[in-house]
Amino acid sequence: MVTETMTTEQEGQRAPSAVIRVTRRVGQVRELGLLVVLLLIFVGVAVPEPRFVAVNNLRDILLSVAIIAIVVVGETLVVLTRNVDLSVSAIIGLVAFVSGDLFKQHPGISIAVVIAIGCAIGLGLGLLNGLLVSYGGVPAIVVTLGTLYIYRGLDYAIAGGKQINAFDVPDRFLNLASDTVLGIPLLIILAAVIAAIFALLLRYTRLGRQVYAIGSNPEAARLAGIQRNRLVLLTFVISGLLSGFAGILWAARFATVDANAATGLELLVVASVVVGGVSILGGSGTILGAMLGAILLATIQDALNILNISPFWLQAFYGAAILLAVMLDTLIMRRLQRSYLTRRL
Amino acid sequence: MRRAIRLISLWEALLVALLLGAVVLGSSLSPYFLNSNNLSNVLSDLSEKSLMILSMLLIIIVGEIDLSVASILGLSSVVLGDLWMHNAPLAVCIAAALAVGTLAGFINGLLVTALGLPSLVVTLGTLALYRGCAYIVLGQLAVSNFPDGFTTFGFGSIPGTLIPWPFVIFVVLAVIVILVLHGSWIGRQLYTIGNNQVAARFAGIRVARIKLILFTISGFISGLAGVIFTARFSSARADNALGFELDVITIVLLGGVSIFGGRGTLPGVIIALFVVGILRNAVALADFPTETQSIIVGGLLVLSVLGPNAIVRLQNWLTRKRVFATLITYVQRSRT
Amino acid sequence: MKAAFLRTCGLGVLLLSVLLLSACGSGGGGTTAATLNIAFLPKAVNNPYFDSAAAGAQKAAAELKGQFKQVGPSDAVASEQVPYIQTLTTQGVSAIVISADDANAVAPALKQAMAKGIKVVSYDSDTAPDARAIFINQASTEDIGRSEVDVLASQINNTGQIAILSATSTATNQNAWIGFMQDELKKFPNMSLVKIAYGNDDDQTSYNETQALVQAYPDLKGIISPTTVGIAAAARYLKTAGLSGKIALTGLGTPNSLRSYVKDGTIKGFELWDVGHLGYLAYYAAAALVQGKITGKQGETFTAGTLGTFTIGANGVVLLGPPTVFDANNIDQFNF
Repeated sequence: MVTETMTTEQEGQRAPSAVIRVTRRVGQVRELGLLVVLLLIFVGVAVPEPRFVAVNNLRDILLSVAIIAIVVVGETLVVLTRNVDLSVSAIIGLVAFVSGDLFKQHPGISIAVVIAIGCAIGLGLGLLNGLLVSYGGVPAIVVTLGTLYIYRGLDYAIAGGKQINAFDVPDRFLNLASDTVLGIPLLIILAAVIAAIFALLLRYTRLGRQVYAIGSNPEAARLAGIQRNRLVLLTFVISGLLSGFAGILWAARFATVDANAATGLELLVVASVVVGGVSILGGSGTILGAMLGAILLATIQDALNILNISPFWLQAFYGAAILLAVMLDTLIMRRLQRSYLTRRL
Repeated sequence: MRRAIRLISLWEALLVALLLGAVVLGSSLSPYFLNSNNLSNVLSDLSEKSLMILSMLLIIIVGEIDLSVASILGLSSVVLGDLWMHNAPLAVCIAAALAVGTLAGFINGLLVTALGLPSLVVTLGTLALYRGCAYIVLGQLAVSNFPDGFTTFGFGSIPGTLIPWPFVIFVVLAVIVILVLHGSWIGRQLYTIGNNQVAARFAGIRVARIKLILFTISGFISGLAGVIFTARFSSARADNALGFELDVITIVLLGGVSIFGGRGTLPGVIIALFVVGILRNAVALADFPTETQSIIVGGLLVLSVLGPNAIVRLQNWLTRKRVFATLITYVQRSRT
Repeated sequence: MKAAFLRTCGLGVLLLSVLLLSACGSGGGGTTAATLNIAFLPKAVNNPYFDSAAAGAQKAAAELKGQFKQVGPSDAVASEQVPYIQTLTTQGVSAIVISADDANAVAPALKQAMAKGIKVVSYDSDTAPDARAIFINQASTEDIGRSEVDVLASQINNTGQIAILSATSTATNQNAWIGFMQDELKKFPNMSLVKIAYGNDDDQTSYNETQALVQAYPDLKGIISPTTVGIAAAARYLKTAGLSGKIALTGLGTPNSLRSYVKDGTIKGFELWDVGHLGYLAYYAAAALVQGKITGKQGETFTAGTLGTFTIGANGVVLLGPPTVFDANNIDQFNF
């Protein structure tokens, strides 16, 4: 009897690490798969249109993805905890207009102050989302669907019919979007740095592991003493903060901002996350994957342009991408679960 | 259980109060509010949403959600317009629109039941996919040269009264839903699925088939709403009804239906329908833009779930306090 | 459970009947006769072009001691203009001055307004002719279309591929101008029109469409964008992409939004008219209709304050005047 218990104990210690190993391997395969698809697209489109792989086109793709990538980082954190944040586009639009308007109404204002205010607004809006989800007990889909429209409505209330134009903001602010460091656009560097920081945080800190724990098994996480509410609140705050920062960069890049700015962007953000292998049920996925997902979707948009295919196909494509990605992930997960069950026997 | 019942009727009493409040607000914001033409406009504006809440109600009761209803509406509208543009007879166009809607709903249902994918992300994906298909079919074009009979059906009222034609469809369907949901064994099965899906399956209820049917019905209703929308605005465009899903979901949740499934009644949802319709109308008459209306609707959405949660939490907290106090008293008494 | 449910049903029915009864009872909400309560309904409200027109209209309102307000959707979607028309009808304004996103989609609602005695004037972009009394055209449609092509041709030496970046595909004015542009192109055998792109009067979309055009047609020599939103976005894209001067850009734009691009050579010349005068004239025309001075028949004349006398042409069209060409020489003289 003693030997039996010991064997079970040993088994208990062995099995979870095997599952972790397999899951991690699947994750890596997933990211590899994304890279393969990317390469296939590049090769496939380069044959009829060699302009596609020209350096300045590749740079344009990364540039167009940079601002979205920053938002995708925040969204990944939220989705990992088994939630979703649909209000990101409204936060971007609101902060973009407010930051442009600050320059217009206060011509001497320093850029740093505007950035601080913009990020603070994003942080506050994300905080409201987080409070309603974690302490209010309202499902994230309901909260962020509601705040998507509330924040957008606020944007219209503040902006009215007005528009910020390029001549309303100082050139140094606009340069944020066009400056380069060692030939690489500043926007791309910012996005890469932010993605790297959060990727490292997720992978190597206890906080990061707790985020994964909440998403994969909330009950077990609670029993293990992880403060779910505080952590979920934190992810929403970060998502809001990053969206606010993205809003400032949006104003710098596009210069003309009205109340409609960034409408509909939340779809692209969620699609990038899902296509990037982050499970909508939480608990698995990496920031690298989400980044690759975002780059993949931007590449496809660029390919459609170059091949002169009507851009109307784009939205249908995003929808199909979400469905395919979720189907793929679910099938893989199910196969994993089945193989794990049969192994125990 | 009794507390739950009291909570439900408390909620519906609150809704009635909210409705009265909305009417008062409307008449104070604008002198043109309490006027038969305006109220006819309110009913007319709710033509499509009134139908869509009927199917959304059933889907949320069984614990799922359908975010793609507005996109299916748009797709059906575009199919109708495209066929009409190619000189098909109107009856064929309408039939095709309904068929497309039903098929779209069926695909939603298939993905959720056969593949077991969460309905939230499936319908988020099909929200984009179906809307995108609408853009592929018609692009930026709009078809608007529909025959007068069709336009009068959507836009006009029953001769002699101010009741819009589409409202009649709503009344008929609402009666059917009440009979099915609240008066038959099918309705009881739906509530059972929503309350405990596993238990329902073990009790012999064919959960997957019922969900598939509900999603298909939802698609059909959205298709019908698409036909009505096209008639009402005399315009088939790919961006028709963009954003309608917000109102539909808000109305259903505001009406006392729990987002977690298993609870909710149609009368509550109908009252909520008029609350949202009147609020939107009152705000528009006061010359606020559509987006201000969205703030209100978005706020109602959040509050409709936050409200009951907060009440339950408050009750729990009070109970705990009492238990705590009783415990202390007991301990003190046992010491002496 | 049943008792509470029936109670709510009863309450709901009672409330509904009260509402409907009050609706059937009261009447009113007709039009105000003598006062000038004129509302402008542009394609979209967040558009500086229409804001300039509104400023002109406000000046006219002050001169005539009438009322002015501007309402409208936040994006140029035809079906979103309809609820505003209905609201204005309920509010009983004296006249609606509209720039239509889609000539036919707004017609049923406008006809309903006219049936209630509200005068309808269209400006900038016409509606179906039987849904309005007068159309204020900023300049001869033919003049605009042909001169656009002539201006671009002179900038690219009459040779090369060109594209058009329009607004929405259904905008009446856009399609009319494009028609004449295509006809004028026949005079330039070495120029070819490769694509008509639609920016929907949305800055973001116009920016992206310009990028798509440049990527899809590497030999593109010139772009005509007869929309103030489109030309500003296209100029911004060309400048950011370093293509200023390599691809010629012209179209219709406001001096303020394009001043920097004219000075740095991205745009050599563009056209417009005095937008403030457009709004001013439209208000006077609407006022004249309300006061019964004109009915919209060909040959009638009316005065428009400081702009002088205008004669109504065929089909109820009133011309403001010829378009103005703005370039580096005269752009500093204007401020709108």
